[in-house]
Amino acid sequence: MTAVQSVTSLGLAHGQVGRNDAADFDVERVRQNFPILREKVYGKPLVYLDSAATSQKPQGVIDAMSRFLLKENANVHRGVHYLAERATEAYEGARAKAQRFLNAEHVHEIVFVRGATEAINLVAQSYGKKHVGEEDEVLITAMEHHSNIVPWQMLCEQTGARLRVAPINDDGELLLDEFERLIGPKTRLVAVTHVSNVLGTINPIRRIVEMAHAQGARVLVDGAQAVPHLKIDVQALGCDFYVFSGHKMYGPTGIGVLYGRSELLEEMPPYQGGGDMILSVSFEKTVYNALPYKFEAGTPNMAGAVGLGAAIDFLTGLEHEALAAHEEDVLAYGTRMLSAVPGLRLIGTAHAKASVLSFVLDGVHPHDIGTILDREGVAIRAGHHCAQPLMRRLGVPATARASLGCYSTRRDIDALVASLGQVRELFQ
Amino acid sequence: MSSELRDLYQEVIIDHAKHPRNFVKLEDATCTAEGFNPLCGDQLTLYVKLAEGVIEDIAFQGDGCAISKASASLMTTALKGKKQEEALALFGRVHALLTEGPKGEGNLEGVGKLAALSGIWEFPLRVKCATLAWHTLRNALEGTGPRISTE
Repeated sequence: MTAVQSVTSLGLAHGQVGRNDAADFDVERVRQNFPILREKVYGKPLVYLDSAATSQKPQGVIDAMSRFLLKENANVHRGVHYLAERATEAYEGARAKAQRFLNAEHVHEIVFVRGATEAINLVAQSYGKKHVGEEDEVLITAMEHHSNIVPWQMLCEQTGARLRVAPINDDGELLLDEFERLIGPKTRLVAVTHVSNVLGTINPIRRIVEMAHAQGARVLVDGAQAVPHLKIDVQALGCDFYVFSGHKMYGPTGIGVLYGRSELLEEMPPYQGGGDMILSVSFEKTVYNALPYKFEAGTPNMAGAVGLGAAIDFLTGLEHEALAAHEEDVLAYGTRMLSAVPGLRLIGTAHAKASVLSFVLDGVHPHDIGTILDREGVAIRAGHHCAQPLMRRLGVPATARASLGCYSTRRDIDALVASLGQVRELFQ
Repeated sequence: MSSELRDLYQEVIIDHAKHPRNFVKLEDATCTAEGFNPLCGDQLTLYVKLAEGVIEDIAFQGDGCAISKASASLMTTALKGKKQEEALALFGRVHALLTEGPKGEGNLEGVGKLAALSGIWEFPLRVKCATLAWHTLRNALEGTGPRISTE
């Protein structure tokens, strides 16, 4: 199934996905893989509803990283000894897993970075500085995370280009007509999130790519919130760059992926200089290494890459249709239950949505909600979610956000709703 | 419900959060400052009318959680008519109360109604919410710049 198809199925899923798919997914067995879910918080069972901030880690990821450090650790691409070979195999093996995970055409199209943020900065400073000039335009959307705003602002400041912002409607959906109108011959780059971290909105990437390519613009997709939930196929999407972080998809922090189409990466200048990214160095001239190493200066996060590889194994080991149906079931249940809470308003009611329940409660600031829920063991995020321009567009200073993962259950939603009762008790 | 939560959200706090006092723009303010808590997006503007070292009037506006609003509201009620030095000295006592708790009755001495802030120290993540107004006050009085951030 391609990402585009899974968008459709998630989008239409409200009340339509067969219960059988969700029933096929044994969430209790999935939960067994996550030791932290057995923890107690203030003496109460942990109800973790903050996976959009960072997901929890399955035992397989913890074990893979630990095994690498215990038995295989050495610097990659350098030594001739046994461990160096093992470490290089493990590191490059993770790259091959990432290639298959995204369905990239070539393994050298996978560049390891610290996370989605670094990947976007890399593209802005390398591709952007080379191809975006004065009078040119970069187009983003009103629902972007700061990490997909600020690097482009920096680029525009450096080059004199103009940053343009495509608007959204009150449900949190991109206005595609407006979006298309904003793409013109001056547009060099379109940078758009696949799934909104605040609203859960799933953007129609394939259509966006078609619109952008029709005008000769390149497209970068921020997939940080999409990879844990959707099946991604970068070739079907047709995007030029796709970025994601390991830690939001059950992997470790400090590792992420930049996918870029081979011909684009080839002609891009290096982002950082150092070891591993060179073929030869003299004081007169340095010859850069081939892809992807040209973009991986310095000793990389080897254990992190191995952990990411294990996270990909974990995620692809789950049957995708069943996982999507389960997550959709919990999201639909959460939407229904929260809508019934007096004074509560859901923020982000897009037709195509994944795994995020943002809300505000009359007369209670999201921070206070967060603190009170925490004492009940319920972990949510409260604040602007690194999307201040979006908060202004929505007319709220902050939201409370419950976000789901593969291990989330209807029981978690019930605990959330019950603890919201305590909020009302204190603030009545 | 935990007793810590009851201590945090005392009636006085809820009352001041829902009905903040001196929640207006002071047109004749002599010093103003803006405070931000970038972690959560809390924002407030503080207006002070200072005459010969005495706070003749003080008010605020902004958006924030119950703790930051109540703390700002309580601060304005406590400081009207106080000398500038007295205000800063009170900040010192409030700061001790927020970070160390009541410590018996030691840190409650001389804080008056601000004693309602005595439950916050059990919630280290929320101390910044309560100190935002006070840091902003110091900035307004000392004129160290137009903006203050608790980060």
